[in-house]
Formats: sequence, C-alpha cells, structure tokens
Amino acid sequence: MITLSAYVVVAMVLFGIGVIGVLVSRNVIILFMSVELMLNAANLTLIAFSRALNVLDGHVFVFLVLTIAAAEAAVGLAMVITLFRNRETVNIDRYNILKW
Amino acid sequence: MDITSAAIDFNIIYPEICLLVASFVIFVLPFFKGPSKTAPVIAFLGLFAAALATVNQWGSQGSGFYGMVACDNFGVAFKFIFVLTSTLALLMGYRYLSAKGINRPEFYGLLLVSTVGMMVMANSTDLVVIFLGLEVMSVPLYVMAGMARRSLESNEAGIKYFIMGAFASAFLLMGIAFVFGASGTTDLRRIVADFSFIMSSARPYLLLGVSLLLVGFGFKVAAVPFHSWVPDVYQGAPTPVTAFFSVGPKAAGFAALLRVFMYGFVDVAVLTTVFQVLAILTMTVGNVLALRQNNVKRLLAYSSIAHAGYIFVALVAGGAEGISSAVFYLVAYAFFNLGGFAVVVLLETRSGCRSNFSELAGLAKTHPYLSAVLALFMFALSGFPPTVGFVGKFYVFAAAVKAGFIPLVVIGVMNSFLSVYYYLRVVKTSYFDSSETAFIPVRYSPAIILVLIVTAAGTLGMGLFPEQLLDFSKAALFAFL
Repeated sequence: MITLSAYVVVAMVLFGIGVIGVLVSRNVIILFMSVELMLNAANLTLIAFSRALNVLDGHVFVFLVLTIAAAEAAVGLAMVITLFRNRETVNIDRYNILKW
Repeated sequence: MDITSAAIDFNIIYPEICLLVASFVIFVLPFFKGPSKTAPVIAFLGLFAAALATVNQWGSQGSGFYGMVACDNFGVAFKFIFVLTSTLALLMGYRYLSAKGINRPEFYGLLLVSTVGMMVMANSTDLVVIFLGLEVMSVPLYVMAGMARRSLESNEAGIKYFIMGAFASAFLLMGIAFVFGASGTTDLRRIVADFSFIMSSARPYLLLGVSLLLVGFGFKVAAVPFHSWVPDVYQGAPTPVTAFFSVGPKAAGFAALLRVFMYGFVDVAVLTTVFQVLAILTMTVGNVLALRQNNVKRLLAYSSIAHAGYIFVALVAGGAEGISSAVFYLVAYAFFNLGGFAVVVLLETRSGCRSNFSELAGLAKTHPYLSAVLALFMFALSGFPPTVGFVGKFYVFAAAVKAGFIPLVVIGVMNSFLSVYYYLRVVKTSYFDSSETAFIPVRYSPAIILVLIVTAAGTLGMGLFPEQLLDFSKAALFAFL
C-alpha cells in the first residue's frame, strides 16, 4: 500500500527538480522542460489528494492544467523559434541586450 | 445532476462575452477579407459594449456557474479598471504600432482576450477559476510582449516574461493543489466556512499551500523579491503593451490577492507580518533601484514595483478600509501611470528614439503642453497634492495608521520622499537641460491626444474632487453569497 505522503513527497521532489532546473539551466528548451515538470508535479499532487479525499474535483482540474500547459508550450516554442531565427542560439545567457 | 437547471447565469458575465465576441471577430475576419484596418474599431466597439454592461452590473450581487463566478461591487470596480486600461492601451497603440511596422489585427484581439482573463480573475471565488483567468490573461501577454518579431529587445522581453510567468503559474498551481489537499475543495467560501476545522486537521498542508500561492501572486504583481523580470520586460516590450501590463495584470493580481488573502485566508494570522515585510521590501527596493536609471521606461518599471509596495501597505491594514483604499489607489494608479506611458509612447514614435533620459532634454522649449502634462504625471506618481496620487497615498497610509501600523507608514512616507528625487529628475531634464542636437518634433495623433486629455483630467480632477472616487471605492467591497 502506497500512502498519500509518499505521493506528496515524490511530487515535491519533482517540483524541486523543476525549480532547480529553471534556476541553473542555461538552455531555453531545458527551461521549458523544467517548467513542465513543475506543472506535472502539481498534477500528481492533485490526483493523489483527490484519491485520498475521495472527491473528483482534482481529477477534473488536472485536465484543465494539461490544456493550459499545452497552450503555454505552443506559445513558448513559437517564441524560441523566433529568437533562434534572430540570434541563432538557445543559450539564455546570450540574450543579454536588456540586462537581467 | 440535472443539466436543465444548471446554474448558467449569463447575466453576470455580459462584459466578458462582449469582449470575447469582439476578439473572435477580429481573429476570424482576416481569413475572409484579408488584412484590414477594422480591427481597432471592432475592439473599441467591444470595449464600449463591455463598459456599458459593467455599468449595468454596478450594485448588483449574485453568483453563478455553481458558485464559481461571483458578481459584487469589488469585482465590478476592477472590471472598470480593466476596460479603462484596455481602451487607453488600444488608443495609444494604433499610431505607435503602425510606425514600428507591427500593426497587426492580432494585437487588438489578444488585448481583449487578456482583458477577459483579468475580469475572470477578479470575479471568481474559486481557486481553479482564478488560475484559469490568470492563464487566459497571461498567455496573450507573452505574445504581446514579443510581438515585434524583428526587434531583438522585444524577443528577449517576450521570452523572459514567458519563463518567469510560467514559473510563477507553476508555484500558484502547486499552492492550489496543497490547499485542495488540506480542505478537499477549491471554493473559497467553503474554505472560509470550515476554516477552523481545516486549520486543526491539515495545518501543514494548508500553510504550505498558502505560502506557495503567495509566491505565485508575488511574481504576478511584481513584489520584491520576485521582481527581477519586471525592468527587462517593461523596457523590451512595445511601449503600449508595457503601458497595458504595468496596470492591467498588476490590478488583476491584486484583485485575486485581495480576494484570496483578505477573504479566503483572512484568519491565517502570520499573513499580516508577511505582507508587512513584502510591503517594506517592495517599496524600498523599487525606489532605491529607480534612482540610478537612465531610461524612462526602466524608471517607470521600477516605479511600478514601488507602487505595488504601497498597495501592500493597504493589504497590511486589512478590513474594509484596506480593501477600499487598495481599490482607490489602483484606479488612481491606472490614470497617472497610463498617462506617463502615453507620453513615452509619443516620444518613442519618433524614429530612432529609445526613451533614454538624454532624449528628453529640450522637450519643454519645443513642446510646452506635452512637458507640462509629463510633469503633472510625474508629480502624481511621486504623490504631490493636488493630484490624485496624493489622495491615494494619503488614503492608504491613513488606513494603515488606523489599523495601528505606524512604523510601516513612516517607512512608506520616507520612501515617498525618496521617490520625489527620480520623478523630478525627469521633469528637470525636460525643462532645464539642453541637448546639442535639435529636439526631433513629436507627431500627435487624435487618439493619443484623447488619451493624454483623459488621463490628465483624471489625475487632476480626481485629485481636486476625490469624493466621487472615494464613494466608489468605499462601495467596492466583497459581497459573498
């Protein structure tokens, strides 16, 4: 029997990996993947709680989140393509016209 | 579930429907007619209809869609702010975008969709719907920030805004997941009803969820320490877009923040201390970093961070007084901040201008009216009487004094004095500095003159006669059914 806390711990570890990925990675594509990982960690938390509490709201919410993640990915990848056309790099440190 | 009696109450979302219909028309029309110039007109009509529908909603109370969407004066007040911001951004945008060669109909459609997202955010009592509203607001904004495809600055602003925005959304979502885990619901009203039970049975999950929510909202309203993206994004994005998201998303973020933390989690005692720390940090860091800026857009970016700090003071004060002073300040801020950006838009429409300080030198000699208006907005931003900036700050600080947070107010007033230095630097440069090169004349358009008149009249008029706005903001309170 896998307990609720096990799911929550896994989700938090995934979330943490995502946060670290966003903070240390220099590649825009990997930044996207890290953000997606964070969103999916939240999905896992929602599903786990939903099962444990025996309510359906969490399951439905996950579908909404998936849709939103897809929309965000579409916009984000379009932006990366535009940037790559103009700059020919995906290294975030090279996007330095405006100082961070 | 009986589907025929489903609680679909279209009458509480008429403003949103008006804007959505207009935006769909704008998106679809180019397929039939090819690129045309009707998009701004359709957008304007949509906004006008939405404004009428919003006026109609003032004073009514209700909730619909199974209690997920609320209709109360608080939300309607924010709908006014969003419609106003959107209209002014649209009027500012037309000439600027044509001059930069990016006047595409999509801009107007995205502007309206983003406005709908803000309205949804401000008018919901359910965390899921607040999150959906936030995303509907944010995704068009990412596109708008990066809209000038060939401009490297705009590209960079878009990608930075996107990454920080998505990062913040993930925090917010994780927070919602934990609040859901603690309480078994995402409906704020049910959370409030069972609050003491949730607090005793699932305290760690709830507190973790609330803190993650705060991080997410902190990014959205650009509170220090979550502000690092603001200056870059504001500087790089096309200026009318910057004007739009220095007011709209900030107001929407505060609307959701007020609803969630002043209603849903109002009994979490530690929040007052957290807000106090956020207020002090946000005001001080924003003002101190603004002192050294040499670009007007970047300066206004830091100033918008500092203004978020003043609104946090209202949140610390709490209660009806705090909420209405926050609404008052946001309305006032919408007027003078959009006005300031309108002047920048006008200056930047000249070719080769990047809104650096040196480009302002000599403005007063050639354009006395424009520099007078610019000075008015700068005085309002720094909070001089008789502008509305003074009344707004006074009202916020008075609410905090009444609630007993004297040291916080002292820090706020000191910050306000500090900010005078950099705002007056703008005025000084435009009036007393002379440049070697001749000042390139500004080309006015009827739309931008209208924007300047409306914002200047609002800034000065509401400063001289604040009673109307005071009554309005005092009536703009939650009413949950």
